[in-house]
Amino acid sequence: MIPAAFEYYRPKDMAEVLSILEEHGDDARVIAGGHSLIPMMKLRMADVPHLIDLQDVGGMSEIEIGADSIKIGALVTQSDIIDNAALAEVAPILREAALQIADPQVRYMGTLGGNVANGDPGNDMPGLMQCLDASFTVVGQDGERVIPARDFYEAAYVTAREDGEVLTAVTIPRPMGGYAYEKQKRKIGDYATAAAAVQIVNDGGKCVSAAIAMTNLSDTPVFSKAAGDALVGTSVDDAALKAAVAAMLGDIHPTEDNRGPVAFKNHVAGVILRRAIARAWSRA
Amino acid sequence: MSKKKHVTLKVNGKTEEFLAEPRELLIYTLRERLNITGPHIGCETSHCGACTVTINGKSVKSCTMFAVQAEGAEITTIEGIGGPDNLHPLQEAFKEHHGLQCGYCTPGMITRAAKLLEEIPNPTEAEIRFGMAGNLCRCTGYQNIVKSIQAAAAQMTAAKEAAE
Repeated sequence: MIPAAFEYYRPKDMAEVLSILEEHGDDARVIAGGHSLIPMMKLRMADVPHLIDLQDVGGMSEIEIGADSIKIGALVTQSDIIDNAALAEVAPILREAALQIADPQVRYMGTLGGNVANGDPGNDMPGLMQCLDASFTVVGQDGERVIPARDFYEAAYVTAREDGEVLTAVTIPRPMGGYAYEKQKRKIGDYATAAAAVQIVNDGGKCVSAAIAMTNLSDTPVFSKAAGDALVGTSVDDAALKAAVAAMLGDIHPTEDNRGPVAFKNHVAGVILRRAIARAWSRA
Repeated sequence: MSKKKHVTLKVNGKTEEFLAEPRELLIYTLRERLNITGPHIGCETSHCGACTVTINGKSVKSCTMFAVQAEGAEITTIEGIGGPDNLHPLQEAFKEHHGLQCGYCTPGMITRAAKLLEEIPNPTEAEIRFGMAGNLCRCTGYQNIVKSIQAAAAQMTAAKEAAE
């Protein structure tokens, strides 16, 4: 499988990246690890006449842990996330999720920025970032802007990032309480049949806050505020779990594909969310 | 026709320079341009791991990287790990423990396993299975691959201890 011919650029700074993007509009795409884009180019599902490699552009490979928030550069790989002990200490859900993405070879190359910017509903990090209320920094000719993850995804592969912009960093408020990333997949390396990200706070046996997001169950990740709200004020007992699952099912819109019919996906989504809430609560 | 790019790679210790179209995938560079045919083309869709090589210390599926992206990189293929006259302990162990049947996946398996043992010198069975999850074998059912890697790990650890 050989992709269509393209021009290749390897600029040394962001100004040059932006000027190539401006010149070629949506004929140009940036590439980081390439493990979403290259397979699409090989299958000729993505046509990229101008490919801009970001690997020599500095300043996007750092993980900075601040008092209130964590900033992760767009070129940080899944394996960087897994190997960063300080990050696993303050936001263990990131490591738990990253370990469930693809396989070792893909995790060495695949980046957080690519995973969230691509807009593939099968990617795991977008839902997780919505759960954590992260925001994405994008830079364009008019400077930087920050877009909340919960407002970023419009449809499959359609996001709030403009063609002339590059996603450079992800900023996450330091998560509180218990956490779980639970994913059902057919085999290692597969996208989720259903996945759930849960972050939950326990105060004296009562849930005081809960954030829930689901992956690969709609054409975008789904932050289900209703599902989280169903847990708040409860002791996360069986009735609360049932209410949260019912609320979540009202927010997702799965479609039939090779991972199963709609009824099956709804069933799996419910099972996965139950497991995720139970595990997160046990850690809260 | 897009503009060709000048590419310099260090493959198994040897510097290689050539002009390549940007769309040339690294696996084709290795196999067809450089005649390094250890890395195999299996699925060509980033799943099977038969094309695994080590690039700047990372296990990479060379069907999912353009040669131009690897500009300046150091690459190790199975040929750089060991050969008929100087088998690597992993190659010995795969032979000894029947870690292969048809052998098609084996170069990728061993290249990946070598990197895994660098990171985790004495992996548990679970660590081996998790660390080798990007390499598919359609013959062995993996049992003997796991055994081979365990045996190589033990042998390499013993050799290291003896040397110290």
